[in-house]
Amino acid sequence: MRSLNEQRMMVQKKQDEQDKRIKIVIGLGTCGIAAGGNKIWEAVESELALQGLQADMVSTGCIGMCYAEPIMEVFVPGEPRVIYGNLTPEQAIEVVDLHLGKSEICLDYAIAQDPRGFEPIPYIPDLFQTPFYEKQTKTVLGRCGMIDPDNIEDYIARDGYVALEKVLSTFGPIELIEEIKNSDLRGRGGGGFPTGRKWEAAYQSQSDKKYVVCNADEGDPGAFMDRSVLEGDPHSLLEGMAICGYAIGADEGYIYVRAEYPLAIKRLKKAISDAEAMGILGKNILDSGFDFTIHITAGAGAFVCGEETALLHSIEGKRGMPRVRPPYPAQSGLWGQPTNINNVETYANIASIVRRGAGWFASMGTENSKGSKVFALTGKVKRTGLAEVPIGISLREIVFDIAGGIQDNKQYKAVQIGGPSGGCIPESLLDTPVDYDSLLELGAMMGSGGLVVMDESTCMVDLARYFLTFTQEESCGKCTPCREGTKRMLEILQRICEGDGKPEDIDTLERLARVIKSTSLCGLGQSAPNPVLATLKYFRSEYEAHIYDKRCLAGVCKNLLLFKIDQEKCKGCTLCKNVCPVDAIKGERKKPHYIDEEKCIRCGTCISKCTFDAIYRG
Amino acid sequence: MINITINGRETSVPVGTTILQAAQGCGVKIPTLCHYPDQAVKANCRVCVVDVEEQKNLLPSCSTMAAEGMNIRTNTARVMEARKTILELILAHHPQDCLHCIRNGQCELQELTTEYNVRQSCFEQDSRDLPLDISSPAIVRDPNKCILCGRCIEVCSSIQTVNALGLAYRGYDSQVVPSMDKDLFETACVMCGQCIHACPVGAIHEKEQVDDFFQAAADPKKILVTQIAPAVRIAIAEELGMETGELSMDKFVAGLKELGFDYVLHTNFTADLTIMEEGHELLRRIQEGGALPMFTSCCPAWVRFAEVFYPEQLDHLSSCKSPQQMFGSLVKGYWADKMGIDLANIYSVSIMPCTAKKYEAQRPEMNDSGFQDVDLVLTTREIGRLFKMTGIHPADTQGAAFDPWMGEYTGAGVLFGATGGVMEAALRTVYEVVTGRDLEQIELTEVRGMEGLREAEIDLDGTPVKVAVVHGLGNARRIMEDVQNGTSPYHFVEVMACPGGCVGGGGQPITTSNTKREERVEAIYGEDRYMPIRKSHENQEVLSLYLDFLEEPLGHRSHELLHTQYTAKNDQV
Repeated sequence: MRSLNEQRMMVQKKQDEQDKRIKIVIGLGTCGIAAGGNKIWEAVESELALQGLQADMVSTGCIGMCYAEPIMEVFVPGEPRVIYGNLTPEQAIEVVDLHLGKSEICLDYAIAQDPRGFEPIPYIPDLFQTPFYEKQTKTVLGRCGMIDPDNIEDYIARDGYVALEKVLSTFGPIELIEEIKNSDLRGRGGGGFPTGRKWEAAYQSQSDKKYVVCNADEGDPGAFMDRSVLEGDPHSLLEGMAICGYAIGADEGYIYVRAEYPLAIKRLKKAISDAEAMGILGKNILDSGFDFTIHITAGAGAFVCGEETALLHSIEGKRGMPRVRPPYPAQSGLWGQPTNINNVETYANIASIVRRGAGWFASMGTENSKGSKVFALTGKVKRTGLAEVPIGISLREIVFDIAGGIQDNKQYKAVQIGGPSGGCIPESLLDTPVDYDSLLELGAMMGSGGLVVMDESTCMVDLARYFLTFTQEESCGKCTPCREGTKRMLEILQRICEGDGKPEDIDTLERLARVIKSTSLCGLGQSAPNPVLATLKYFRSEYEAHIYDKRCLAGVCKNLLLFKIDQEKCKGCTLCKNVCPVDAIKGERKKPHYIDEEKCIRCGTCISKCTFDAIYRG
Repeated sequence: MINITINGRETSVPVGTTILQAAQGCGVKIPTLCHYPDQAVKANCRVCVVDVEEQKNLLPSCSTMAAEGMNIRTNTARVMEARKTILELILAHHPQDCLHCIRNGQCELQELTTEYNVRQSCFEQDSRDLPLDISSPAIVRDPNKCILCGRCIEVCSSIQTVNALGLAYRGYDSQVVPSMDKDLFETACVMCGQCIHACPVGAIHEKEQVDDFFQAAADPKKILVTQIAPAVRIAIAEELGMETGELSMDKFVAGLKELGFDYVLHTNFTADLTIMEEGHELLRRIQEGGALPMFTSCCPAWVRFAEVFYPEQLDHLSSCKSPQQMFGSLVKGYWADKMGIDLANIYSVSIMPCTAKKYEAQRPEMNDSGFQDVDLVLTTREIGRLFKMTGIHPADTQGAAFDPWMGEYTGAGVLFGATGGVMEAALRTVYEVVTGRDLEQIELTEVRGMEGLREAEIDLDGTPVKVAVVHGLGNARRIMEDVQNGTSPYHFVEVMACPGGCVGGGGQPITTSNTKREERVEAIYGEDRYMPIRKSHENQEVLSLYLDFLEEPLGHRSHELLHTQYTAKNDQV
């Protein structure tokens, strides 16, 4: 078998050379681009030319600190790399001029430094000591934001394809599966099924043709863990899939990526063709006799295609609808052949497990949930972004330490974990360790790792309505409880939010939820009622306030709001009267005004216009 | 064997038995909607869920295999709540017009609603408000009544391989639609009507023409002449609450006369005639080198299937019209002359087990008499309704004989109603015509049975003739693929679109399951066994027809009145 060592040494040499030059790295994941990364790139490029400065410009994926995008890092040989955040193009130019032109650190915009191996720069926080980073363990995200995802050499230089080499030269399939089983890795897509057992089932199925499929149909609102890996470290997925192919005896793999991830698709395509060009994918990989090719299929936007049997139908060109299991894909999957399906994060863990050993992996986490897990932090927290934490960390640590707590000094209300299939968790349960089983007990689920944090201004009935709108629209229509039942649940929630809730509605919601959960065909239906059940469990009083008192305590449900004018504060300036689109505000000039409740459409325009804080929702 | 417990009853079942089958085996009823015994398991509707010990969720009994030691309860509180809720959910999205629904009293949803004591739904009633699809001359779709069980799609795609129906849109807006959401008649639909049998509710039904009959009967100038297809007598008994085949022919005839038909004749007569024409056509093709294999052409759904999917192979179809249409062109001509009736006054009604016959009667080719040869086609179900509306029970009549000239028939004609029947009838005649000897074994068991494809070979004095019988269009497709590739070994192939042949036709009584089809096939063979004459070429009235009018099989008049041509319809796909 051919070894990659020679290449690795060459790459290392090349990189050592590069490290002697100044390097500017700009985060160009989708988040970075959305925040204006491309504009930073252009500005820096032209400024370098204008000033005649020499520096290599490199793009990278998401480093996780979405709250600080666009991010630019400056490497000067012999000095710690400095991370600048929240830059405008003008500020980026300023950084170039100062840091490169005058060798001065631009302290105004520097958010952190990576002092490893160097004398730290004073006044700039150590990246790894920052509250955002301190509690993280980067395994899956280890290379994201550190390497150029379009450059296979960057991957190879950082232990890339070492695991594949190791497997092909020293492991038999059974040994390999045993190693994965020993690591106790559980599927990161939501269900948490033990990965080694899944592989074993596919290995044991007898067939001349088998497939490895990667589920990259990340569809939960607020989830972007997989996208980051695909955009920031695509080779780690390819390596994991190839190892799986070797384990189960497959020579072909499919990555099912949602079409809404064009950058991920572009980078995966590049990664596949680069790997093929180096003989790491394709026929006779590294002269080992093992063949493995990978194809990409773009999904068409159906959430249900994240369900494995629907996903397989979609790859086959059929309508994406789930089917009854058994047979499981391990027995009869893609085109009727034994197939192993895992999600991106699961495959991205494989190479590290092989390289560093099952014991290393199993040393992280809790008794029944090992390793680390990537979470996407969104919502009303100070620091949104991606965090990879050891399983077992408490939700409080994630929300308050890593994400920095709630914005604008507001009160924490709940965190939705597991997306539309998950549930919300109130303040009182924030010390729950994050692992598969504890979350299930609370009526939430690990899901793929979306964490949406809500503050006091979120109405929990409205939240349930939001998620039900999502699942109801995404129901494929195959089984009755999900197709008809989610629609009816949504109808009831809408009614409650509009102030037309009936006393029996809570009972009906609970009955529907019980039936849909216990009788739906696939995971989508079985988990669709979770947001309603969880909000009913922890915030029942909000439902009751909507139904009986016709009040929305969070002030979200428009029909339940009354706009009032504080007679003490109102100066009678008539500003509100003039902007009211329906002439609901009455009153004479210089005398306190009042609102005609019958006419008011609760649009809120008057509140934003009032300069005396005299108008309030009550 | 696997040992399980259902509602406390201990039972053993073979490996591979579903919970539903196991429950049925020990007398426990579990309700179903999307489940259909002749189809693959879909597990869509979820009304068949049961409680299995140590399982978090309820499990669909139709798709869950019984496993050793399973403790199953089919009637726990949560099962009952689930079933009732699911029924309520379906009802809330289903028109509440049971009283004037065509399936009132024969609706699986209605039956379950009654059984589960669903009195009111707490959900807002929602109607889809979609237009009826009345584009087809044979089949009406009411998408508002559809409960999305998928049974029609399954039969159309898996069994018939026509793929005229599919699922469109998503979630709550899902609909079963004709392919590409076109009108049904603009698709490849062959109008076999198997989807009607599959439908548990009234979402697909025949184009009902009961009123057309009453209108014609009310016209004093019109002379109503009817023909009865061979599979109808067997099944009409079921419509009238009797056992399959229990109504005798003479009583059926008398019932029809009471209903208002002036003359009652038999399609079996033209079935015998078809054998004469088609048998000679086969011999001519073999002797003179025509396209082989030759395919039967009495099934209009099959003819349309060939026109749509195999337009380049249409020369393989026998040019013979179907018995219905041979009858149609003779009754307004030969028969009218014999009876001294003005053919312009004849209103020709055929009673068929078939929905596609409604379409066939309206094909533009079918007017060789100078008029539309067959004016109205009523299915077995519609005749059943006519009897019920008029209060006539044929079993209570005195009985009556067929009218002359086109009422005599043989056992061979009767066989047309069952899969393999045309082949058996043809071989009885062809053998004797060619060899001049009597058949020793008149019942040709090789072509009988319910296998999808059956083959036989007979020796016609040194010429081996290979024949095949298929039923269900999926099986026909298998053979046509070989024909397309030039590898079909056969000389003569019988195709019936419907599983079981005409006894399983789209116009037959609800329910038409495979078990029912087999019962009816048996009844057909029973009738043949007791016929005094069992070979088409011995039918005296057929011989008179040749003597007085047609002169010889494949002769000039036959060519004009009894044969037709086909046109490619591949633009339908």
